[in-house]
Amino acid sequence: MTDSLRTGLFTGFVALLILGTGFLDNWNLALVILNYGLISAIMALGVNLQWGLAGLFNVGVMGFVALGGLASVLISMPPVAEAWAAGGGRTLLGLAIGAAVIVGLVAVYKRMTKGRARNIILLLLTVAGFFAFRTVFDGGVAAIESVNPSLTGYLGGLNFGGDAGRDWWWMPIIAWPVGGLLAAGAAWAIGKTALGLRSDYLAIATLGIAEIIIAVLKNENWMSRGVLNVTGLPRPVPYETDLQADPGFLSAVQDLGVDPTTASTIAVKLAYAGLFAVFLVVLLILAQRALHSPWGRMMRAIRDNEVAAEAMGKDVTRRHLQIFVIGSAICGLAGAMMTTLDGQMTPAAYQPLRFTFLVWVMVIVGGSGNNIGAVLGGLLIWWLWVAVGEYGPDLMIWATSGLHADSALKASLIDSAPQMRFLVMGTVLLLILRFSPRGILPEK
Amino acid sequence: MEFLNGLVFLTNFVIVPALAYGAQLAIGALGVTLVYAILRFSNFAHGDTMAFGTAVTIKVTAVLVGIGVTLGPLPTALLALPVGIAATGLLVLGTDWLVYKFYRVQKAKPVILVIVSLGVMFVLNGLTRVFIGVRDIQFADGARFVITVQQFKAATGLDEGLAIRTTQAITMVTAAITVAALFWFLNKTRTGKSMRAFSDNEDLALLSGIDPDRVVRVTWLIVAALATIAGVLYGLDKSFKAFTYFQLLLPIFAAAIVGGIGNPVGAIAGGFLIAFAEVTVTYPLKKVLTYWLPESMAPEGLVQLLSGDYKFAVSFMILLIVLLFKPTGLFKGQSI
Repeated sequence: MTDSLRTGLFTGFVALLILGTGFLDNWNLALVILNYGLISAIMALGVNLQWGLAGLFNVGVMGFVALGGLASVLISMPPVAEAWAAGGGRTLLGLAIGAAVIVGLVAVYKRMTKGRARNIILLLLTVAGFFAFRTVFDGGVAAIESVNPSLTGYLGGLNFGGDAGRDWWWMPIIAWPVGGLLAAGAAWAIGKTALGLRSDYLAIATLGIAEIIIAVLKNENWMSRGVLNVTGLPRPVPYETDLQADPGFLSAVQDLGVDPTTASTIAVKLAYAGLFAVFLVVLLILAQRALHSPWGRMMRAIRDNEVAAEAMGKDVTRRHLQIFVIGSAICGLAGAMMTTLDGQMTPAAYQPLRFTFLVWVMVIVGGSGNNIGAVLGGLLIWWLWVAVGEYGPDLMIWATSGLHADSALKASLIDSAPQMRFLVMGTVLLLILRFSPRGILPEK
Repeated sequence: MEFLNGLVFLTNFVIVPALAYGAQLAIGALGVTLVYAILRFSNFAHGDTMAFGTAVTIKVTAVLVGIGVTLGPLPTALLALPVGIAATGLLVLGTDWLVYKFYRVQKAKPVILVIVSLGVMFVLNGLTRVFIGVRDIQFADGARFVITVQQFKAATGLDEGLAIRTTQAITMVTAAITVAALFWFLNKTRTGKSMRAFSDNEDLALLSGIDPDRVVRVTWLIVAALATIAGVLYGLDKSFKAFTYFQLLLPIFAAAIVGGIGNPVGAIAGGFLIAFAEVTVTYPLKKVLTYWLPESMAPEGLVQLLSGDYKFAVSFMILLIVLLFKPTGLFKGQSI
């Protein structure tokens, strides 16, 4: 089977699954799957750059996705003027002090010669800096969080459009690349410290850093309300209620002969799908260009043999840092999109199994090192993830129909059907690793 | 007196909980470090192996309590523990035969085995959730306290009380027995010695006639026992929830790596180090300092360095610092 035939067949199969869901069940569900599938595909593209192209084992995807979500809040929500007046300056000053202390620590560590004097200065600077930071910062935070805590209690975002930010409907789209930038910044700092580690140490380090990012998002209420969640994020697409009141839309719907409520929900989802698809296609083209460029060949050379590549004069550490930042930025972009699509930021919803390891399953099943494979793997695995949760219980009722109606086993099996997702994902991953270790679309 | 009160307060709220938590982490980290030493990969499925073993133990405990068998003041779960260990042992031998063996024979790269263990992690996580559900389960029964605050105050006449829960005492006793048994096995028995030889130099071990399959089988059985014991102790002390066990993976790995991965002594030291750091940094120390410092220097704030949700951050700061400055860990671990 040629490569292009294989790609075509796989694309057709994924399209068939999503369209089949639409025809056989309902189009709203199919479009929800498609929208989240497109976002998952972007995440898979990011991870594939890191793992497939450079062999970096990053299991901190969740952290970068969450940072993207944070950017969505910080850019697309309206600012809270009272909170800024109450403690904005002081909080920022506190953060500046914290940053200055860290810069100072690094400078002392690098400039001074090794010895007891350096250790003492480092220790003193750390302790003094920590208390200075907490004194200034805590006061600002307390002031911000006391401003109308049930509704705001945070600084808000940068969307100065009227009507709770709805007038500037394009702000969320701006937030997406900003999410990428935020994730890139974090990735740079992490990469600088952790990329020198061996593969499985890097894995543990990134896993931990992702947890730390989530802990920060859950606790720092002044930033994005923590576990109180930010809801009602502005949308880049029309609202269903507005569409239903729009005479132009209503007459168009009438000509098609569809119920206006259903039509409006589908129209909104289609608009999102269009936006996401544009981003995905652009990123995919860029990733393909990168893969086949001299830079991509250099990356694969480094992945396959670091020592040889270094001997040929390639700066392995720099290249690793570069691709770690780029891949993480793509995950951040996808994370910002997801938060906009959800319309809310809920830090408690970030779970490593769903946001890190599922993306890994997508990449490995799709074919690590193959961009198209990763994208299709993203769509396929996302479909499977939703399908098992959606149809699993029905399937379980059918499968246990032979059992006695009030047997305890039957009840517990039906109850646990939604948990089958993890079982199915693990089995799929293990089967692929065993029988087709290079994925469905192997690297060329 | 002031000093003693401060010390008792610190013992009650920091030292005893941290000792119990440290013992749990240490047994968990021993499992991770053994897999690393013998099978040479980081087993991401370890947290879920712990969850599975605990889930089986909980089910057996429920049956035992149902037919009226209890251990009196001790938790019934201790009686059910051997069954949990046996079931987990069968499970890990099964996964090794079905999954890991294929890659071992191929001599796959360690990172491939790590990814394979991610798949096993998903499957075990799903199995546990299907088997026992996602609820929070309390399964400690028997007496709640060895010493209560009132008893301690009455006995010593101090203002501050010290309570030791049964689960904390059991954790420490069980951990001591487990660790002693493990070290005796590794250092004194023939099989244990062959395992250490295999870990030090695989080729040399094979040349001297050590059966690699047997070493691997024994390792998995020990790992299953350690995982189940750690899981049950943690569950007795706190509570059982499938997702919490997955999260325990982080401090356990931190403990194993900080101590020097592949080194059993390091795993124990790392476990206690991580536990003490987490508890101390996230507990408000105001009262202790008020007792210990002169009145003029008594702190105004809570002296809680970081809020409790940042406990992962603590283990990972330690992990990062150790990795950056002493990559083989505090005790010399393997570096493959």
